[in-house]
Amino acid sequence: MDIDLKALDGVFAVAGRDEGALIAVLQGAQDLYGYLPMEVLERIADEMGLAVAKVLGVTTFYAQFRTKPVGKNLILLCQGTACHVNDSAMVEEVISEHLGIAEGDITDDGLFSYNNVACLGCCSLAPAMMIGDKVYGNLDREKIEKILDDIREVALCE
Amino acid sequence: MRIVVGRGSCGNAAGASDVFAAFVAAGFAPAITGCVGACYLEPIVDIYYDSGAKKRFVRVDEKGTDEIIKHLKGEENHVVDYTIGDNDAKILLEQKRVALVNCGVINPEDINEYIAKNGYEAIKAIVAGRTPEEVIEEVKVSGLAGRGGAGFPTWFKWNAARQNAADKKYIICNADEGDPGAFMDRAIIEGDPHAIIEGMMIAGFAIGSDEGIVYVRAEYPLAITRLEIALEQARSGGYLGKNLFGTDWSFDIRIKAGAGAFVCGEETALIASLEGERGMPRLKPPFPAQKGYKGKPSNINNVETLANVPWILRNGGCAFAAMGTENSKGTKVFALAGKINNGGLVEVPMGATLNDVIFGLGGGIKDGKAFKAVQMGGPSGGCIPAELGDTIIDYKSLAETGAIMGSGGMVVMDEHTCMVGLAKFFLEFTCKESCGKCTHCRIGTKRMLEILERITNGEGRDGDIELLEELSGAIKEGSLCALGQTAPNPVLTTLKYFRNEYIDHIKHKKCTAKSCRPLLTFSIKEDMCTGCNLCGKHCPVSGIKGDLWHVHSVENSSCIACGKCTHSCPFGAIVVE
Repeated sequence: MDIDLKALDGVFAVAGRDEGALIAVLQGAQDLYGYLPMEVLERIADEMGLAVAKVLGVTTFYAQFRTKPVGKNLILLCQGTACHVNDSAMVEEVISEHLGIAEGDITDDGLFSYNNVACLGCCSLAPAMMIGDKVYGNLDREKIEKILDDIREVALCE
Repeated sequence: MRIVVGRGSCGNAAGASDVFAAFVAAGFAPAITGCVGACYLEPIVDIYYDSGAKKRFVRVDEKGTDEIIKHLKGEENHVVDYTIGDNDAKILLEQKRVALVNCGVINPEDINEYIAKNGYEAIKAIVAGRTPEEVIEEVKVSGLAGRGGAGFPTWFKWNAARQNAADKKYIICNADEGDPGAFMDRAIIEGDPHAIIEGMMIAGFAIGSDEGIVYVRAEYPLAITRLEIALEQARSGGYLGKNLFGTDWSFDIRIKAGAGAFVCGEETALIASLEGERGMPRLKPPFPAQKGYKGKPSNINNVETLANVPWILRNGGCAFAAMGTENSKGTKVFALAGKINNGGLVEVPMGATLNDVIFGLGGGIKDGKAFKAVQMGGPSGGCIPAELGDTIIDYKSLAETGAIMGSGGMVVMDEHTCMVGLAKFFLEFTCKESCGKCTHCRIGTKRMLEILERITNGEGRDGDIELLEELSGAIKEGSLCALGQTAPNPVLTTLKYFRNEYIDHIKHKKCTAKSCRPLLTFSIKEDMCTGCNLCGKHCPVSGIKGDLWHVHSVENSSCIACGKCTHSCPFGAIVVE
């Protein structure tokens, strides 16, 4: 896939090029491309006058940044304490089984990926997951399967 | 008449977005509010009638919304099914709300509603006629201590930052709520963002700063949006910007979205992250109050701490200090989660007991199970067993149990939670979140995790407990920041109170909570099995043998202990040991 590096100009216009802006630039770039490919990191280092190692060091330090592409719908599975005691392991099992992927993989149709993340802060709805900006709580097997099927159905109609 | 729908993240996830949309579709103009704290009752709809009366409807689903709409149109309805119960209403009334005073009451996206609750009055009065020293004295009188975990006196930090002369100083709000099990900071920003803005302004005035930064988790998109709206409204309302309230004092605030690292809750790591670096802590001194963000004196306070500040300045430090115990003043917000009936946020005066919170406000344990323990303070805290339920909530008493107040996460566990498994869960977390700077934390947590994995896999050995204790001591001593120094706490407290469970796992290869799969064996009770073969159909490894309508049996050699047979059996014939 060709990556349009020109689009990064918009990110720099908002976040700036100071060293302190690195995290904001990486966040903007990830919003743009869905992940942070090496070409993008190199370009960022170049533009900001930083070593590529420094940019990569910051990228790999934070949980939010991904260096591999993800599916159209990224499912964030909450691994907070409340979700743990309310069987978040079951949620991962169901998603993995239903979609036929492991953490970090993409489904063949490119629609889904999932990642385990730290607490989503919706502990009273445990176990919970987030897709896009939407949080789904009190999950059980049927509910999870329905949520995934509904998203797939909508995507197929489009 | 006003219709108000509770729309915090939890409310939305429980269906409040759909409820809101349904009211709009029916021709009403509903307002929104933040989290009232009763997450277990969500979605919540409040109706304020023209007569002055108010009714609260709870667990409003699609049918409930229809019933309320019928009710509002004066048609026959069953709205009574959704009216809040007396007990639930009492739980909300019984709390003493300071930090959460406006949460679930006002519209967080409308500055005028905050102003109507005396919002921004404290900062106006201060700027008009009080000195920074007087403000710091007022906070000192209140006894307010940092609510993020460490419990350090707020006035002391402010005073230190004030004393250090510099051309530029910063106020930083730590909204990087990392404790997996706490969500009060999210709820406060979503429900009452102007209180944080005003709290930061007061702190800014006190230390002599003109710039505030909110460092907020990227996982909280709604909190960020509400805060952005609030900042915009405060600017256009003349509450933020240059030459405020006709004086030469200026103050503005910007948001910095964190990128996900638990260690960034530590002050120096947070500052490194703000500067675009890897969030790794450094040695103190110099303290942030001396040399913080961009090398300038900086004061960092947690969200809940700042939310208390406007209240203290409005009502006086004495009023705040009148609540609580000798060594812990005021109120504390707790996030109740886990195996508890009434999950949500509660705010109680310091000095209440754990049982008051768990059984009083929290409504006890789900499904009538037995209360086993409560985890306080997240991965840095510890487990307090049920028999210490009378422990008073204040910094000192909680520390004596081996746990900490922390940020106020209370994850309640019942008899089915394996304490060794829980310790393993926290070590997985701290091992993953260790920044790697200190050897003991980086490698020690990994070694502890490996031992716990072995124990929960049924491969525990003699001497494992002693080795865990030795490593715990070394990690505590050999780590620079609180993440490492407290990482062994969950292991140490579970060893202290639930040592038998460790011994059961290691010596007898048993998990009494029936949660560690490799230690479980499944069998079928002959007298209860009908031979329906439902279990066989659900077994992913074809490990259940038997002819249809004859007694079945589990083949232990192929069993992977997934538990699907147990869930599928309608007769409860499958025994797990």
